[in-house]
Amino acid sequence: MANIKELAKQPERLSGGHRLCAGCGASIVVRQVLMGTKDPVVAGSATGCLEVATTIYPYTAWKIPFIHNAFENVAATISGVETAYRALKKKGKIKKDIKFVAFGGDGGTYDIGLQSLSGALERGHNFVYVCYQNEAYMNTGVQRSGGTPKGASTTTAPSGKASYGKPQLRKDLTAIVAAHNIPYVAQGSASHWNDLVTKAEKAFKVEGPAFLNVISMCHRGWRFPQEDTIKINKLAVETGYWPLIEVENGIWKFTYKPKERKPVVEFLKPQGRFKHLFKEENKFVLEEIQKDIDENWARLERMCEASCKVA
Amino acid sequence: MTKKNLIPFTGDQAVAYAMKQIDPDVVAAYPITPQTEIVMNFSNYVANGQVSTEMIPVESEHSAMSACVGAAAAGARTMTATSANGLALMWEIVYIAASTRLPIVMPVVNRALSGPINIHCDHSDTMGCRDSGWIHIYCENAQEVYENTILAIRIAEHKKILLPVMVCQDGFITSHAVEGLELFDDKKVKDFIGEYKIENPLLDVDHPVTYGPLDLQDYYFEHKRQQGEAMKAALTAIPEVLKKFEKTFGRKYDFIETYKLDDAEIAIVAMSSTAGTVKFVVDELRQKGVKAGLLRPRIFRPFPKEKLITALKNVKAVAVLDRSESFSAEGGPLYTDIKAALYDSGIRPLISNYIYGLGGRDIFPADINKVYVDLQDILKTGKVKTPLNYLGSRE
Repeated sequence: MANIKELAKQPERLSGGHRLCAGCGASIVVRQVLMGTKDPVVAGSATGCLEVATTIYPYTAWKIPFIHNAFENVAATISGVETAYRALKKKGKIKKDIKFVAFGGDGGTYDIGLQSLSGALERGHNFVYVCYQNEAYMNTGVQRSGGTPKGASTTTAPSGKASYGKPQLRKDLTAIVAAHNIPYVAQGSASHWNDLVTKAEKAFKVEGPAFLNVISMCHRGWRFPQEDTIKINKLAVETGYWPLIEVENGIWKFTYKPKERKPVVEFLKPQGRFKHLFKEENKFVLEEIQKDIDENWARLERMCEASCKVA
Repeated sequence: MTKKNLIPFTGDQAVAYAMKQIDPDVVAAYPITPQTEIVMNFSNYVANGQVSTEMIPVESEHSAMSACVGAAAAGARTMTATSANGLALMWEIVYIAASTRLPIVMPVVNRALSGPINIHCDHSDTMGCRDSGWIHIYCENAQEVYENTILAIRIAEHKKILLPVMVCQDGFITSHAVEGLELFDDKKVKDFIGEYKIENPLLDVDHPVTYGPLDLQDYYFEHKRQQGEAMKAALTAIPEVLKKFEKTFGRKYDFIETYKLDDAEIAIVAMSSTAGTVKFVVDELRQKGVKAGLLRPRIFRPFPKEKLITALKNVKAVAVLDRSESFSAEGGPLYTDIKAALYDSGIRPLISNYIYGLGGRDIFPADINKVYVDLQDILKTGKVKTPLNYLGSRE
C-alpha cells in the first residue's frame, strides 16, 4: 500500500512545464507509475503525445535518463537498454541497481508496437511496460485504434448517417499480454492512485517483464471539460468500463470492486465522442455496450475463480 | 603471419569469428538467408561461453536494429547482421541509428531485395540505403570481410566520426564459399579495438540525458548538417584508423584498390567479389598487350571522390559495373556517383554503365571480357554508343 505522505516526498522524475495539454491523463499516469520505485529508472517512450510534448529539443521534461526511438519499437528499444545494463553489470562497469520502464500509448501498444512488445515479453527482459490507453491516436488528431471502444466517434471512424462510430470492440490487450505468462500484469487508473502506485511497486519489484495497462483521459478526443479528467477516470472504474484487475503469476484478481457497478451511460454521457449514441436510432448500441461490459465482468470473475482454484 | 596457418572459413564464418574476437557487449540479431550462418555461429560462441556477449534473439530485424539503438545508447558496444529484406524491414531504424550517432557495426550479406523474392546476391539492399548515413565498406573476399569487420569497430567509434558502419559481402559467393583465412591473434584484436566508451551513455543515471527528442524547424537542420560533417570528417579520420590497422596487423588498406591501373587505357570499376573475376580477365588481356585495369571502391560511403578521380585520371574509357538497378533510367548508383564526381574535375573519360548480376545471375570472365571488348571499341571510335547496358541479361 502506498502512503500519500511518503509519496509526496518523492523527487519529481517528470518535471512540470512540459507541453502536454492541461488535463491530460498521460503525465499523471507517468508520475504515479514512477512513484513505484526508489531505484534509479531509465525510461523509454514510443512516439506519441507523451514523447513529443516532453522532449522538444533543446528542452526535456525528463529528470531521468530517457530514450525515444520510433513509434512501434519502444519495447525492443528498452530491451536493448536493459540488455546493455546486464552486460555491463556483469563486467563490473555498472554497480547500481537500475530499473527500466517503457511508455507507449494505445496506438504504439495495441496496434503498431504489438509485435515489438510481444517479442520483448517473450524474451523475459526485466522491465515494466506501461500503456497509457487513451483509446485513439490522439497525437495525430483522434484516429481510431485497436484500443478504441465500440461506439466511439473518431476522425477515421466517425459517426454519421450510416455509422454509429467504431463498430468493433477494442481488443483485450491485458489478456493478450497475460497470455505471455509474465510475472505481473495489471489494469490501473490514475483516479485510484493508491491502487496504481501499489501495482507499479509490484511491477518494478518482479524479476522479468511486467505490464500495466492504464486508462488515460484525453479531453480533446473524448470531448469533456479538461478539469474533469479524474472524475471521468473514476467513472470508468465505477461503471466497470475499466476493471481494476491484476494477474500475478497467473492468478487473476480484482484489486478493487465498486460496491455497486454504475450503469455505463454515466461514463458515456459526459463525453462528446459518445454523444451520437444517445440519439433514438443508436440506443441499441448503448444496450450492447452495457451487455459487453456485463459479460466482460462475468468473464473476469470466472478467470479469477478459475485461476485461484488452479493455484 | 605466415601462410601456414590458413583456416578454412566461409565469409559468414569469418564474420562470426571476427565478432568472437571483438566480443561485443550486446548482439541483437535475427536470422535471414544468406546471413543466417553468422547468427548461428555466433550463437554457438555464446552458448559455449567463448564470448561475454549478451545476445538478444529478437523477433524481427526491426526489433534487432531497435534493440541495437537502445543498447548502443546505453553504453554497450553493439553489433547485428542482416541481409536484403531484413535490412529493408529495419530501414526506419537504420536511419535513426545514424542520426543518433551510434557506432553500431553491422555486417550485411548482400542479397537481392524482393520482389520478386530471391535469395541470391546483388547490391540492391545496401545500395538502397546509401543515403541512410551509414559508412559502407564492400569486401572482395572472406579475408577482407574478416579484417574489415574488425576495422569497422574503430572506424565507427572514432571520436570524429561516430557513425554506424555496414560491412558488405556478396551473398553465397563470399558468404558461403570456403577460403583459407589468415586470422589475427585474439590479443592483438582486443588491443586494436580498445575499450568502448561513449559520452553521455543512457545508463549514467547520475547524469541523465534525453535521447531521441522531437527536433523541429529550429534545430533539425543543424543536426543533419552535423551528420553530414561527420561523414566528411570520416574521409580524413578513416586513414588514421587504416594506418593503425596496418601497424598492428601488417595489412595495408585504402578507400579504393587499383589493379594494373597506372598505365591502363581502359578500366572497369567494380565492387566486391566481381573484382576478383575482373582481375583474372585483366591478367589475360595484359598478356595480349591490352592496357586494361581495374578500380575497386572499397569504401563507398563516405564517397572517396578525390581518390577515384586521381585513379581514373589517365584512363581513356571506363565502364562502371553496378550490381543493382536504381531505376533512375540513368544507370546504377555507382555509375551516377562516379560521373558526378568527374564533372568538376575536368577529367572526362568516355564512360558507360553495365548493370549485371541481379538476383545472383552469374558473372563469368567471358562477360567481363565482353565489357573490355566494348571499351576497346569505344576507345577506337571515341564514342559511347550505349551508355546503359545490361550485362548477362536476356534481351
